[in-house]
Amino acid sequence: MPRLVSHPDEVKIVSKRFGMGAAQIDRYVELGGYASTRKCIEQGSEWIINEMKASNLRGRGGAGFPTGLKWSFVPKQSEKPKYVLVNGDESEPGTCKDHLIFLHDPHAIIEGTIIAGLAIGAKMGFIYLRGEYRYLLEIMEKAVADAYAKGFLGKNIFGSEHEFQIITQTGAGAYEVGEESALMESVEGKRGVPRIKPPFPAVVGLYGGPTVINNAETIATVPHVIEMGAAAFAATGSERNGGTRLFGISGHVERPGVYELPMGYSLRKIIYEVAGGIWKGRTLKAVVPGGSSTPCLLPDEIDIGMDFDQVGKAGSMMGSAGVVVIDDQTCMVEFAMRTISFYQHESCGWCIPCREGTDWLKKSLTRFHAGFGTAKDIDNIKYIAENMMGRTFCPLGDAAAMPTLGFVKKFRKEFEDHLDGKPCAFAKHVEVELV
Amino acid sequence: MNAETMTVFSPQLSARFDALVAKYPLRRSALVPMLLYAQDEIGYLSDAVIAEVASRIGITELDVRNVASYYSMLRFKPAGKFNVQVCTNISCMLRGGYEIFEKFQEELGIGHKGVTADGVFSLEEVECIGACSWAPAIQVNYDFHDELKPELVESILDSYKSKASAEVSNA
Repeated sequence: MPRLVSHPDEVKIVSKRFGMGAAQIDRYVELGGYASTRKCIEQGSEWIINEMKASNLRGRGGAGFPTGLKWSFVPKQSEKPKYVLVNGDESEPGTCKDHLIFLHDPHAIIEGTIIAGLAIGAKMGFIYLRGEYRYLLEIMEKAVADAYAKGFLGKNIFGSEHEFQIITQTGAGAYEVGEESALMESVEGKRGVPRIKPPFPAVVGLYGGPTVINNAETIATVPHVIEMGAAAFAATGSERNGGTRLFGISGHVERPGVYELPMGYSLRKIIYEVAGGIWKGRTLKAVVPGGSSTPCLLPDEIDIGMDFDQVGKAGSMMGSAGVVVIDDQTCMVEFAMRTISFYQHESCGWCIPCREGTDWLKKSLTRFHAGFGTAKDIDNIKYIAENMMGRTFCPLGDAAAMPTLGFVKKFRKEFEDHLDGKPCAFAKHVEVELV
Repeated sequence: MNAETMTVFSPQLSARFDALVAKYPLRRSALVPMLLYAQDEIGYLSDAVIAEVASRIGITELDVRNVASYYSMLRFKPAGKFNVQVCTNISCMLRGGYEIFEKFQEELGIGHKGVTADGVFSLEEVECIGACSWAPAIQVNYDFHDELKPELVESILDSYKSKASAEVSNA
């Protein structure tokens, strides 16, 4: 069972019911659950969308797209049924926040899904969990069954004229399926390869119908926005970044864990205060601020507030808010190699720049780390990564290229130190597959 | 193949399939979950499983194989009764994921994708399993074990060994 942590600076909104038995429906209702859904049934679609817009809630999957705006893109009239699709494929290395939501607060996900459905006029929602999360899928399935039994889901939810059905769906191991169009393909029983956009899912999505796709944390946040009111939620965060985020802190810190902090909270304080600083009395070498696809930041770049805009200005991305902290005893070439070997493994192979690019990057970095690199390789790695950027259907190519460019740029000296047949001093785990 | 007479599905799995397909707007949406549930029961996607899933969904076997080959949890060969999956992705690597993997290799005497001679264990190095803040972490089948240390490996294996022998003596 994942350990829960806490810190005095936390502002618990999404995580306020963690550890309180809220997976049980009666307990959830006792804690104020499903009041937001009732309110939304009374207020109707336009009110919900306006509240979401005013809340400045932005997508927690990584892109940070404003949720209210996304919902407003769905056409009012549609011949084909509309759908809500909740993305719980959570596979970005460094990210484990949705894991806790499914475990401790599955009804918040159900509520958010119903509210999204009311907002866009959908009668059906899918909650997709990665295949590895089987025990969480079972918790989610029980929560859905309980909600049906209470009449919170079904033909006439809460005795109203609204119908809403929820289907829980398991994946079977695929990072790529976290990309929204690949996710729809997977739900339709196909290989998870991305679709070309436009058309966007809001117009042509699941089964060809207009579809809203939101990250599980975004969806779980929705009922809280309704409960506390859009203005109060927006005021909790920073400018244009409403509310809080679940920061999953991992790596070389004293107190790793998932902490809920307001948007705009200092990255330095996250590392040194909330997570207790660098472990074993060591010093900070770099930090990956938002999951493995975001470029790393150096120790002199951490005096920023963690929100989509400020991290963007610092040359990286807030991404999934998976903060991976790296100490001074770590080889950055090895770290780069492990990062890229993940993307090489997960590239679906649909777009050539990604399929070939991730493979060549992995080969180059592996050879480099083993001490067989040449000076030309450093520029070659940069060249390959630059040529993957923006040339693929989905962002997986970018997700592999961006951190690689960051490592080469910020740790060029360390790459150069690997030259002349010198394998890295920290090297422990090199699988040499020379090509 | 006629699904009713030649089934490799247990009655429970069959019922699960029927309940599942009834929920979807499109029958085919049951494909990925059904492959995983069938694998859980039978151990891997044998030719017979693929044929039966294809016939139940109403698509070709080639189509089923095409989809199945995409997903990393689906396999075409048997694994051990307990499949040990060790994450070595960045968050786990930083906190000793490779040491955990090496310890399992040593204890089990097998490498990546290996199966022990008695068929009780198999071992895999896997990508991120979503337990980064509790690293290093592993999954044995679907059970998570987190905040691991190499010295805990033996007792984890022992607990599964006794599960395996309890099942043998019950059978």
